[in-house]
Parts: sequence; structure tokens; C-alpha cells
Amino acid sequence: MPLITIDGVKKRFGDNEVLKGIDFDIERGEVIAIIGKSGSGKSTLLRCINGLETIDEGAISVAGEHVLTSEAALRALRLKIGMIFQQFNLFPHLTAGRNVMLSQMVVRKTKADAAEAMARKMLDRVGLVHKFDAYPDELSGGQQQRVAIARALAMEPIGLLCDEITSALDPELVSEVLAVVKELAGEGMTLVMVTHEMRFARDVCSRVVFMHQGRVHEIGPPETVFANPATPELKQFLGML
Amino acid sequence: MIEFTFWDILRNLLLAARWTILLSLVSFVGGGLVGLLIMFMRVSRNRVLAGVARLYIEIFQGTPLLMQLFLSFFGLALLGMTVPAWLAAGLALILWSASFLAEIWRGCVEAIAKGQWEASASLGMGRLQQMAYVILPQALRIAVAPTVGFSVQVVKGTALTSIIGFVELTKAGTAVTNATFQPFLVYGLVAIIYFALCWPLSKSSQFLERKLNAAHHH
Amino acid sequence: MRYQLNFDWLPQYLPTLIEGIGVTIYLIVVGAVVGCLLGIVCAWTRALGPKPLRPLVGAYVELIRNTPFMIQLFFIFFGLPSLGVQMNQLQAASLAMIVNLGAYSCEIIRAGINATPRGQFEAGASLAMGRFQTFRYIVLVPALQRIWPALSSQIVIVMLGSAVVSQIAAEDLSYAANFIQSRNFRAFETYIVSTLIYLALSVLLRQVLSGVGWALFPKRKAAQ
Ligand SMILES: Nc1ncnc2c1ncn2[C@@H]1O[C@H](COP(=O)(O)OP(=O)(O)OP(=O)(O)O)[C@@H](O)[C@H]1O
Ligand SMILES: [Mg+2]
Repeated sequence: MPLITIDGVKKRFGDNEVLKGIDFDIERGEVIAIIGKSGSGKSTLLRCINGLETIDEGAISVAGEHVLTSEAALRALRLKIGMIFQQFNLFPHLTAGRNVMLSQMVVRKTKADAAEAMARKMLDRVGLVHKFDAYPDELSGGQQQRVAIARALAMEPIGLLCDEITSALDPELVSEVLAVVKELAGEGMTLVMVTHEMRFARDVCSRVVFMHQGRVHEIGPPETVFANPATPELKQFLGML
Repeated sequence: MIEFTFWDILRNLLLAARWTILLSLVSFVGGGLVGLLIMFMRVSRNRVLAGVARLYIEIFQGTPLLMQLFLSFFGLALLGMTVPAWLAAGLALILWSASFLAEIWRGCVEAIAKGQWEASASLGMGRLQQMAYVILPQALRIAVAPTVGFSVQVVKGTALTSIIGFVELTKAGTAVTNATFQPFLVYGLVAIIYFALCWPLSKSSQFLERKLNAAHHH
Repeated sequence: MRYQLNFDWLPQYLPTLIEGIGVTIYLIVVGAVVGCLLGIVCAWTRALGPKPLRPLVGAYVELIRNTPFMIQLFFIFFGLPSLGVQMNQLQAASLAMIVNLGAYSCEIIRAGINATPRGQFEAGASLAMGRFQTFRYIVLVPALQRIWPALSSQIVIVMLGSAVVSQIAAEDLSYAANFIQSRNFRAFETYIVSTLIYLALSVLLRQVLSGVGWALFPKRKAAQ
């Protein structure tokens, strides 16, 4: 059974239909790259999967359960799927360590010492355990994003949604974040990434989804999508026209 | 007729100023508690609650405090109580302060970046948990300066309670004026005492705001 | 026994209320127009004007902002005559409104002036404009546009504050209410009615002010 199934999903903002019927499934352990022009609906799709937007038609289910809008259902969903944002969104009033501990303690009701142990483990995993007591504004962008990844990992999700997580970073900081993601992929984490890092997508991803005007325009393994794009839109997007 | 020396006048005014201070404190704290409730209603996703809070704010900010004092005074009397002036004064000032504090604090809550809501939601937090652990701690920081600033309005607002017969600084000023026929001196002193109460609050509010703008995020 | 609300007195006292409304509107128009002009002059002085005058204006602003309006009113009406300055109730009330709003609008407008990008002053200078010309033709209007919402709220607050002028027997709306309730012995109903009128006035005033904003700053119209 796929981990995430997306079934005829439509989403409108007012008159603007942003998703015009999206269908595809994501298996456990897959690493999906979503590419496409600005405004093609990539972020919206990720946000729908995480329940940050409600869908107008169709259905999304995660691990066999439909994404519903009740608070309890959303909470259950978000325990399975974490999300990393372009702007990091660390909590500025908490240290890196506390950022990672908070949701464990208030959502999972984990005891403080267990949450701290987990936080150290996860920060270690992203190479930042020495920054446990640093506040977000004392960290570089790349470090902040790695803390955000640790924070999501501490909830032990089955999958992670990543929306352009390196786009707000200075070029020299991109690789440290991608290295962490690559490691996660190697460990079998299911990843759905909106990205502009084509080389990373080719090297790491199992499938690439090309979105165009609210639809999945092409989908396939990176070798096919990048080497033999079938449509002129994708060719143009890849700069081949 | 009794002769009033300058010191008699000043002493009388300062004694009455204690009631101004006490009423200000009660109104500010009470207004803060009610205001917190109104603020929560105002930002809640329940349309009815939010609408009620909005109406509350609209009414209390859209009508004179003086009218609210009269309504509180005569309204409580209709309920069959003989109303002491302090009760009517306290009630009106609390409800009035609440409407302003609720709106100030709502502004602070809404100033917190949307990403904070989304990040905490994606970690599985419920709305109350988001508020308690993520939004309010950050909103509190930016709320301090305008909240202190509003306390000045509360102190000044207490002057109106003299009209329904609460004996505080302004009322004492009027009484002393009537006894001494020295309005220039007496109201001058009253103004100076109010200034001495309010100015430090205004200055600390400005200081806090500057400090906040200069400071780190934590 | 339950108290029955009774509004039978209303038609009889309608003219009194209307006269009161007229005075309240008069006070707010005079207070707002003259007060804002005073505020502009003070803001200019404080931000850009002659250095020796700046602390004087500062003291005026701080004094007014940190004392109750009613005390300012009493000081003007009861205190000033002992210096030989005589005024009737309406004049004293108008003066108090002007002085009060002048101080608040000074601070608000000054914030608008201070938010002016440096380059605007430099552009003015480079066009050989004098300091005052730069202020008048380049800085002032955008500054007012920037702070118009804050200034509008302050004007509404001052309008609501004007209710206390009844305490020196200026015959505004709240004076009318006091007068009526002393005749009809229906204090609660009378104040309900006058409060609702104030509410309507403040809603109306906000509309008028945003209309004035549209008229003064037509650029906004284009921007929306
Ligand atoms: N909250 C919203 N309200 C209204 N319209 C929205 C909202 N969010 C997104 N849109 C619109 O939906 C469309 C798709 O936006 P989306 O953010 O999903 O694009 P994207 O593919 O992620 O683009 P980018 O590469 O720029 O991030 C855009 O036209 C955008 O203007
Ligand atoms: Mg996007």
C-alpha cells in the first residue's frame, strides 16, 4: 500500500484554480522531487498533503487514512508526516534544543529528560549538537534549517515534506543541508521535496514530478524525465529549447 | 471659613491621589483579565465568538468613557443595588480598558509571522498549544511597551469617575477649589500630580519600545 | 418588580438632543481642523524647526499627553480667568480640544515626518528648494498620508473625550443628556440614547475621515 495517495485533488483560491486534478501515489521510502515553474502549484500541493490547506475536490490519504479537517485528524496526520519550510520557521524565543523538545513534550507528552535526550540525538544527526543552547538568531541559515529538520525528525515521522528548503540559503550553505537530506534518503525516509536543485534531484530522487499549470505534466524516474522529456513545456523548463 | 495653606492644599490632593492610583491599578488589572478573554475570543476561529468580541470592542471604543460611567452607575442602580461610586467606576473602567487591551494584544498576536503557526501546526500542536507555547511567548515581548503605554490612558481615564462622585484626585481638586477659590493654583497642582503619575509610564513605554527594536529575538 | 425601560420622553426632547449633537459636531470640526494645523506646525518645529523652540514644543506635548483632558479643560475655564483671560464655555471647550489634539497630532505627524526617506530631503535640496519649501512641497503630504489612519483614530478618541465639556456647562450632547435626565427621571434610558448617538457619530466620523483621506491623497485611490 502506498504511503501517500493523491486522488483527483483540486484546490481553488477564489476563482483561481491552482490544482486542477492531481493524481499520484508515493510509496514508502520513495524520494520524490517536485519541479515546475513558479506558480504551478507545488507548494500548494505540499500544504494540502500536510493539511495546511483544505482541498476542494478529491482525496488525499496518508498511511491509509484520509486527510480530514478536524483538529484531531490533522494532529494524527502531522504525527506521521513532518514538514520543513523555506523560511525555517524556528521558534525565535526558544533555543535550538528547546525548539526540538517542545512538540515532543506538548504533543506527545514526553518527559523533559527523554525529550532532551531525543533532541540531542537528532541535533547530533544533523551535526549541531554543540548548538543545543544557541538561539535561532545566533545560527546561520543553513544551521537553522538543519535544526528545523532535527525538530521534525524528533517527532519520528514516516515521511517529510520539504518546500524549497534551500532556496532561502546563501549558496555556500546549500550543500550542508542537502547532505543531511541525502543521508535521510539513504536511511529510507520517505521524502517529498519541492526543489530547484536539479542535480540533487537527479542524484537522489527515485521519481521526479513536473508540475505545470496545476497539473502533473510529467512523472517518472529522473533518468527519463531529465534525459528524455516528453513535452515541450518540460523541455523549456529544463532549458533544452 | 477655614484658611488653606499651600501645604494643606497639596496634602489634600496627594491623599486623594491614592484613590486615583488604587482605581487605576484595579482597572488595569481587571481590564487586563477581561481583555485577555476578549482577545482570545477575537482571534478564535469560532465566528460567533469572534463577532461578539468585535462588537464589544466596537462599542466600548466607539462611545465616550463618560457615557459608559453613567450607564454603569445608573444601570447597576436599576438592578436594585444602591451603588457606591467606586463600584460603578471600577466596572466601567475595567470594561473600557479591556476593549483597548484586547485590541492591542490582538495586534501583537497577529504580528507573529504566519510561518510560526504553520510550523507549530505541522508538528502536531493544537490551537491552544500553539497559542500557549509558540505565539503568546513571542507576542508578549512586543506587547509590553504598548501595554505600559495604555496604562497612561487608564490613569487619565480615572479622572472622569469624579463626575459620578468617586472622590479621587480630580474630585478633590474641585472640592479644594471651591473652598479656596484658587482654581489656577489647585488645578495646576492637580495637573502636576497627574503628570508625575503618567510621565514615568509614558517614558518607560518609549524606553521599552526602543529596547525591543534594538534587541535580539529572545 | 422589574424595571420597564421607557422611551416615551424621546420625541419631546429630540430638539434638545439635536442641539447638543450640533455643538458636539462643532467642537470636533473646530478641534480637528485647528488642532491638526497646530499639530503640523508643532511637528515641523520639533522635527525640523529652530533648535531653541524644540524643547518648548516637546514640553507642551508631554504635558498635554500626560494629564487628563478634563483637567486641561478646568484649567482653561476656571484657572485662566485669574490671569485675566475670560472665555465663555464654548470658547473654553474649543480651546481645550484644539490644545489637546494639537499635542497628540504633533507626535503622530512627527512620526510621519521622521519616516520620510533621507533621499527626499536631499532631492529637495538638489532642486534648490529651501528647507521650508522642501517640507511644504515634498515631505508634508506623504508624511500625512503615512499617518492618516493613526491621526483619524486620534480624532475619534478626542471626539469621544469631548463629552466631558458638559462639566463646564458647554451645551454639547452629553450636556443635553444630563439636562434631559434631570427632567424625565429616566437616567438609564437617556444615557442609552445618547451613547448610541455617540456610537453613530464615531462611525460617521471615521467614514468622513477616510473620505477626507481619499480626497487629500488621491494617489491612494490610484494605488488600490
Ligand atoms: N493563500 C493563497 N491565497 C490565494 N492565492 C494563493 C494562495 N497561495 C497560493 N496562491 C496562488 O496559487 C498559485 C500557486 O501557488 P504555489 O505557491 O503553490 O506555487 P509554487 O509552484 O509553489 O510557486 P513558487 O515556485 O513560486 O513557490 C499562485 O498563483 C499563487 O498566487
Ligand atoms: Mg512555492
